[in-house]
Amino acid sequence: MGLLLRGGLVVDPAQDLEDLRDVLLENGRIARLAAPGTIPAEGHEVQDCTGLVVCPGFIDLHVHLREPGQEYKETIATGGAAAAAGGFTAVACMPNTQPVNDSAAVTRYILEKAAEARQVRVYPVAAISQGSEGKILAEYGELQAAGAVALSDDGRPVSNGQLMRRALEYAHTFGLLVISHAEDLELAGNGVMHEGLVSLQLGLRGIPAAAETVAVFRDCELARLTGARLHIAHVSTAGAVAVLRWAKSQGAPVTAETAPHYFSLTEAAVRGFNTNAKMNPPLRTEADVAAIKQALADGTLDCLATDHAPHSVLEKDLEFDKAANGIIGLETAVGLSLRLVEEGVLTLSQLVCKLSTNPARILGVPGGSLREGGPGDITVLDLNHPWSVDVSQFKSKSRNSPFHGWQLPGRAVMTVVGGEVIWEL
Amino acid sequence: MQGEEVPGATFRRKDLLGLADLSREEIKTILTTAASFKEISTRSIKKVPTLRGKTVITLFYEPSTRTRTSFEIAAKRLSADTVNLTVAASSAVKGETLIDTAKNLEAMAPDIIIIRHACSGAPHLLAARLKSSVVNAGDGLHEHPTQGLLDMLTVWEAKGRLDGLKIAIIGDIAHSRVARSNIHGFRTMGSQVVVAGPQTMVPPDLAELGVEVTFSLAAAIADADVIMMLRLQLERQGQMFFSTLREYSRFFGLSPKHLKLAKPDALVMHPGPLNRGVEISPEVADGPQSVILTQVTNGVAVRMAVLYLLSGGEASGTAA
Repeated sequence: MGLLLRGGLVVDPAQDLEDLRDVLLENGRIARLAAPGTIPAEGHEVQDCTGLVVCPGFIDLHVHLREPGQEYKETIATGGAAAAAGGFTAVACMPNTQPVNDSAAVTRYILEKAAEARQVRVYPVAAISQGSEGKILAEYGELQAAGAVALSDDGRPVSNGQLMRRALEYAHTFGLLVISHAEDLELAGNGVMHEGLVSLQLGLRGIPAAAETVAVFRDCELARLTGARLHIAHVSTAGAVAVLRWAKSQGAPVTAETAPHYFSLTEAAVRGFNTNAKMNPPLRTEADVAAIKQALADGTLDCLATDHAPHSVLEKDLEFDKAANGIIGLETAVGLSLRLVEEGVLTLSQLVCKLSTNPARILGVPGGSLREGGPGDITVLDLNHPWSVDVSQFKSKSRNSPFHGWQLPGRAVMTVVGGEVIWEL
Repeated sequence: MQGEEVPGATFRRKDLLGLADLSREEIKTILTTAASFKEISTRSIKKVPTLRGKTVITLFYEPSTRTRTSFEIAAKRLSADTVNLTVAASSAVKGETLIDTAKNLEAMAPDIIIIRHACSGAPHLLAARLKSSVVNAGDGLHEHPTQGLLDMLTVWEAKGRLDGLKIAIIGDIAHSRVARSNIHGFRTMGSQVVVAGPQTMVPPDLAELGVEVTFSLAAAIADADVIMMLRLQLERQGQMFFSTLREYSRFFGLSPKHLKLAKPDALVMHPGPLNRGVEISPEVADGPQSVILTQVTNGVAVRMAVLYLLSGGEASGTAA
């Protein structure tokens, strides 16, 4: 028995397709795309998608699932459920667990837990350096064999330029992507928010935009030097956008992401010492938000990722200086991103490209298209489904979102992985 | 503002967290009330029953002698019961969160909690969660509102006005909560504020607060009515903010030679404690234009006024 999605508007940028189609999934794969009403329903589970948008499954290439080690914040099962409820069919999880995912054993453990959870697809990202300590390269070949799809020291950026060069070269040897958390730690100092008028007024130590710009520049130049594939995580500044635009124009093998909070919020959200507006990189200025939107529109920023970072009240209900960085994002990302379509920043097709086609291509994983024979991973959207964000309803174990109470224009209403409906509104 | 009465005006806030969001009228109310309280401290029996039965807790997470003592004396002169808690940095490491500590204190029903904390926003965290009034006695680099108020009271007494005066604030603006409170307070009251220091200690965007910024001590104090020297935290030397104390003192320390550039009747102020010979020369600190000890005296009056007004007292201190 197959799953037949009938009457929806199929948006598949990989095939340059935006038209009404019925989609049949069989044996976990896309079996057929056909004009509405032309696939017989007999023997299939039918889902009426009239008025809805049927997209290749969304892939979030930057989440923190906290397992192993911090299961009180999130587990692979709860993070997977949050991803599904947010419309994602796959996530790539960062290695800053306890222990750090710098070994084949931890990578396998994550994949086993993901298989048990039977939620979304989980792609482990392993550490660049052993223990993410920035000293000795991790075992990239073994990590890849165990299932790691990329390398990153997210949250603990590689400050040694020589190590970063060697990491890129060694990763290139195995054809692995390196994801850079680009931050000059010395320039960032002990800053806790963006350095600007708001940090001045609140008396909070600032992180200058230059801390990101100079690090993006270093890593783009190292990608050009080594020829290795580099992906810049969570771009937040106009300066970094300008550097990326230049690096790409020079042919650097570089891609980049931003997160919904960097086009939805500014440093002003920190007022009142709101620890749910504390993240790294920090929320920036109006001018940065405008530059991020422009870069999404012109393709300088290739994809959207959430940087889903669950924390409990133990890490957030504290003095601002002491609170942990990061917010959850899986269950608000699609709704916030649809605002970009409403505003005319992105077309629907461009948005799907940044949530599915491009992340699949960047990570080199299956999916990202509804081509016949591809994996049966689908996200169904309702563009006209206004809803109010209520963190108490989230599937995530954590509640650290600055978007509680926001009105969003639409959302994912069904998530299909391997031909199975794993979540439905 | 001299002579302007604010009859019946009440300070209707639960907390005093900073001067940034106080109106001109609210600041006037506090200063007039403080002025009327000053007389109490000159009596042979320096005590009035105004806050009898009220409990005031000072909760200090940073070492302080003068501010804590000043608050305690202010509370005692109003007959409040005071409890002083000094939380060593080490015991916070033992695990109790600030919120838990405060909730435990509140369970004993205090009326006012006065907090000093190294983290900006710590008083706000408490104010949002406690029924007690919260007074910010200095939070991180953010604000030190009672210091700003006592500085304004000192200038107002000496000059008879705040409007139109040129106030020069010199030194490490970036790390100074005193500077921030004074900038907000004096700007709200119509003074012109000029700051000077090495650029390492002057935060970007400062001009957006309506402040004139210069890197020259001489330019800042030219024709100033008030020169406010900030304490140089000596540990900043190892943090790349300046080269040597000798050079800092030469270019940003206030000496008699510099003082001549200001108005002849300019006031010299310092929030203390002094680094004599660094940001201020001993001759200037002890000279005729110095009102540094008057600031300390006025600190008690201002804190009495704040405690009184937060307890629901009527403005101008008639209850005393």
